Amino acid sequence: MGVESDFAIVIGPGRPEVGPDSAIEKARLFGIDVDQIVRYRLAHVRGSLEGDQVEQLAIRLLTDAVGQWWMLRGEHQPPSRQGQVTVIETGLRPGVTDREGAELRRAAGSLGLPVSEATVADRWFVYGRLNPDEIHRLANLVLHNEVIERWQLDVLPPAYVDQTAQPPPVQTVNLGGLSAQELAAMSAERRLGLSVQEMAAIQAWFDGIGRPPTDGELETLAQTWSEHCSHKTFRALISTPDGRIDGLLSDYLRAATEQIDAPWVESAFVDNAGIVHFDDEFDLALKAETHNHPSALEPFGGANTGVGGVVRDILGVSAKPIAVTDVLCFGPEDIPSDSLPTGVLHPSQIRSGVIAGIGDYGNKIGVPNLAGAVFHDPGYTTTPLVFAGCIGLLPRGSNPTQPKAGDAIVVLGGKVGRDGVGGATFSSQSMTTTTAEVAGSSVQIGDPVVEKGLIDVILVARDHRLYNAITDCGAGGLSSAVGEMADELGAMVDLATVPRKYPGLAPWEVWLSEAQERMVVATSDPEPLLAVARRWEVEATVIGSFTGDGHLRVVDGPQTVVDLDCRFLHDGRPRLELEAPGVDYRRPPRPGSEPVPETVSANDALLALLAHPSIRSNEDVVRTYDHEVLGGTVVRPYGGPELDGPADGTVMVPPGTDETRGLAIGIGAAVGLGRHDPEAMAWAAVDEAVRNAVVAGADPTRLSLLDNFAWGNPTRPEALAGLVAACRGCHDAAIAHGAPFVSGKDSLFNEFVDADGHIDPVTPTLIITAVGVVQDLNVVPSTGVVKVGNDVWLVGPEDGELGGSHLDAVLGADRGGPVPPPDPDAVERHRQVHRAIVEGLVHSAHDIAEGGLAVAAAEWAFAGRRGLTLAVATDHGPRELFGEGAGRYLVEVAPDDADRFAQLVPSASRIGWVTDGDRLRVGPQLDVSIDEIAEAYRGHLAGRPAIADSGVGGIRL
Amino acid sequence: MTDTAAANSGSGAGNGVRPSVLIPIAPGTNRNDEMAQAFELAGARAHQYPLEAIRRGETRLSDYQILALPGGFSYGDALGAGRVLGLELDGWFRDQLEEARAREMPIIGVCNGFQALVYAGLLPGGDTRGALIENAGGRFECRWVYLQPGAAHSIWTAELEDPIWCPVAHGEGRYVSDNGRALADDDLVAFRYCRSDGSPADGQYPLNPNGSAGDVAGICDPSGLVLGMMPHPEDHVMERQSPHRRRPNGARCLALFTAGVKALAA
Repeated sequence: MGVESDFAIVIGPGRPEVGPDSAIEKARLFGIDVDQIVRYRLAHVRGSLEGDQVEQLAIRLLTDAVGQWWMLRGEHQPPSRQGQVTVIETGLRPGVTDREGAELRRAAGSLGLPVSEATVADRWFVYGRLNPDEIHRLANLVLHNEVIERWQLDVLPPAYVDQTAQPPPVQTVNLGGLSAQELAAMSAERRLGLSVQEMAAIQAWFDGIGRPPTDGELETLAQTWSEHCSHKTFRALISTPDGRIDGLLSDYLRAATEQIDAPWVESAFVDNAGIVHFDDEFDLALKAETHNHPSALEPFGGANTGVGGVVRDILGVSAKPIAVTDVLCFGPEDIPSDSLPTGVLHPSQIRSGVIAGIGDYGNKIGVPNLAGAVFHDPGYTTTPLVFAGCIGLLPRGSNPTQPKAGDAIVVLGGKVGRDGVGGATFSSQSMTTTTAEVAGSSVQIGDPVVEKGLIDVILVARDHRLYNAITDCGAGGLSSAVGEMADELGAMVDLATVPRKYPGLAPWEVWLSEAQERMVVATSDPEPLLAVARRWEVEATVIGSFTGDGHLRVVDGPQTVVDLDCRFLHDGRPRLELEAPGVDYRRPPRPGSEPVPETVSANDALLALLAHPSIRSNEDVVRTYDHEVLGGTVVRPYGGPELDGPADGTVMVPPGTDETRGLAIGIGAAVGLGRHDPEAMAWAAVDEAVRNAVVAGADPTRLSLLDNFAWGNPTRPEALAGLVAACRGCHDAAIAHGAPFVSGKDSLFNEFVDADGHIDPVTPTLIITAVGVVQDLNVVPSTGVVKVGNDVWLVGPEDGELGGSHLDAVLGADRGGPVPPPDPDAVERHRQVHRAIVEGLVHSAHDIAEGGLAVAAAEWAFAGRRGLTLAVATDHGPRELFGEGAGRYLVEVAPDDADRFAQLVPSASRIGWVTDGDRLRVGPQLDVSIDEIAEAYRGHLAGRPAIADSGVGGIRL
Repeated sequence: MTDTAAANSGSGAGNGVRPSVLIPIAPGTNRNDEMAQAFELAGARAHQYPLEAIRRGETRLSDYQILALPGGFSYGDALGAGRVLGLELDGWFRDQLEEARAREMPIIGVCNGFQALVYAGLLPGGDTRGALIENAGGRFECRWVYLQPGAAHSIWTAELEDPIWCPVAHGEGRYVSDNGRALADDDLVAFRYCRSDGSPADGQYPLNPNGSAGDVAGICDPSGLVLGMMPHPEDHVMERQSPHRRRPNGARCLALFTAGVKALAA
């Protein structure tokens, strides 16, 4: 190869930034007034290219045949006539996943062009008069994210990873004689996230064997013992005024599952995912994860790898991923940017990045996104939440879980880099203004193509029984994967064999790196597995073996990195003991200081509710997710004649099954109740998940549940007391419904500590996912009302509660009053509705959730493009129209079936009928057109509509 | 057929009356199972192979009667959707493709497969150049669309008269031809986005989801053997896949696949 040079090639035409998610809109959000922003792609290539080779590369690899051009950057200048233009370049930091750069280098190679390095960056022309401060803010807040990118004015040189870097050697860390205070300081300095008691246990163990730990051992213990990996809060011994809790997980969640003892549960809480029966041949694997901390720092990458991680969990039980779900919680989009603390991204930036990240990963691995929700609440401004779930399909009994002594350890998938080092410890601590700086390397960008390859390889390997055990490299990387599998068996790993993205990694970094797309399997005969991997172009390497001696030994060539007794690693952590004192964790809604009108127009209140960011249509989000791939989708997130009405639950026929039955997914949350009454929230969330599954056609006596907690710092008494109450609610509600929890994920320490030490905790949040079986696809109710003249029935009470309601949210003030209480009677109503569905009596149905009966009726009428005339009671006050509560449905039934329906659903009352008009009428108070509903529901209202006493149609608050 | 190993156990050769379809799977390809299912329902035998297995000579295109390139994100769509796969096809696979073209083999590419056929120079073919660029809306779109069939000479649209209905799921599906104009040769347009009654979408979003000039959703080559289209007919080959379960409106897409299979018998 000749002398290498750097080439910077600009690809045009530039793309003007327009539209809601564009840079120009974001700039305006930050008060930066720009005339126009145009983005050009900029390819950096290093190589000994000669003659017309640069032109060849640009034409064959960078431009299309129609309309695109290229030029060397030196010739690329903004037009002089258009006033002030600022040129800014942004590019990835070295080592961040760069699929485009890698493909450019590879493709150049296959064309015979000598290229040794390549990366693709952005070159921005910013038109408008900006001062230096505005330029800096534009670059920092809009055009790049410092966690993964760099920027510079005019010209940003490409940064490639140093290929000559030398790895640092293994270090020992002296713990001998350190005081409690010094141990705490070391834990903080190294960001280990270990308590003094845990540090002391490590100190004592190494004292006992007479040598200091290595850096690798300390990091391995910190990861394995982290909240993220060991769920120490959920396993902690908790003292309460009512007695001791022997772990929230075992006393509440697992206890409910054991008591229900459902025959369809194959395994719960033991593996990467819960496993339940689907039919006589297949099982479903269920898992839901959180990815909150990374998403707060790098929304696209955080959400992207959140999906990647939960899909890997499903692969970790040998199942084929067939559906993903996502629930997202953000702060208000209209919050002024100058009110945000340093280190916090604006909610609208987080939202657009997270949604793009979720879509990118699911779309690229070819797994449909079938269910989800988006909530906006001030309690998510500094701590946004990203819940990602996945459902998998596996033939019963096809997930081997026993590694044997002598088995080879094979790592499959992506190479190891510095990205993701320390992810588990980082996500187990509170966020501060400097977390972005110090924990930036914990955040990763996914590489879904690698994970797609893993899916293909593992399914072939599973069907040919090529491995004895499998697990994923989650947080903690190889240390947690191999550590978990080695359990009592023991293992020997040589890190020198582990494929690296680049040189210079410390041995402990290789051992802990959490590149997303990797799995570890145990196999007695590696060669057939390696052959399958080669056939699918997936990296696969034997890195060691399971020994049977109960020791975890990790070497890097001649150096010993880790030599730990597996028993100490897994059982040596002193159990956490917590006090949940008798603080009143409940915060009943109390009248606020905001003046509230005595009377409001019911119409205005309904339209304001429909436009509320947690209620309005998310169709624009859902359409960026592929919900059709695999061809199994039956009930989509949006349905009805125009395919724009919200479905409650969704249904798919798992590909490869016999087409006779479906799986249904229902998601429940009760975001408004979290800060008032966590126990009531748990009941409400379970109830909503069940309702959604029932409307989708699932049998409510055969549901399985997933729990996802997002809570603040559990060492604060009121946070812990609330968490205990929520777990108790989960336990009681699950037993009442006969629906076992099979897996879950708790995310704690969701709070932000600002520069002054002020703590902003997340709104306590619980997401429940219910997955069930639809026995007969032909009776699944439609989304949206169907037939003019059909009767409308209300199942459940005629009114609901207003405490913590969405009506209060749109009025901008808590007005006091009780929240919806736990309602064990709702269980029977779900079953009644299901019986009517099974008999084919239900044309359509909609659950009554956020915003109460009026919102449900409006969504339902809009979805079906039909009118409704309803009357619930003599008095149509706020409790009847907008009250919220458990176990309530609207159901559409033909008049001829009225008697049979009343017999099957004694809790129902007939409240009206479907009309061929275009109006929703509820009593004399509410009368709006479908067009008005559509306008509000699509979020096209300019700001909040004034809620005032309009005289006509007013309701007394 | 979801199990690639099972798919591979069958002989690639056209044994018996059911024609054999080769479905290559590049890194990042998906919807290969649906493509296989559609051809199986249409009476063919579908054989899925990783691209690397074909490169290594485990099977050859000459053993098949149809080539089908499925959707997905081959090579992560780096450098433009379908570009790297197109280069691969135009590189080491070129001889096999030329031999297949000489044998008048029907070829279909859907979504990413369409993008790859364009980069490989198989579509639109002749002197016309085209490209599939980022959707006018700047983002990925997943929604159901109606398609008016055209291109009377195409073997793939031969049996279609009424509009068909199926989902799109892509971020780069806006077809542009020389200088951004619609396809100059009208006869090569195999599908246009339309309303449910077949009248033109006239560029109106979301009927035309990506802003393609002339509502172009799919094109064929002058021989009528090669078809590329952005929407996914393989996702609507069974009644239960329709979003309007209770009001089936037909518009299924199986006829497209049976036409391709039948053309071989003719």
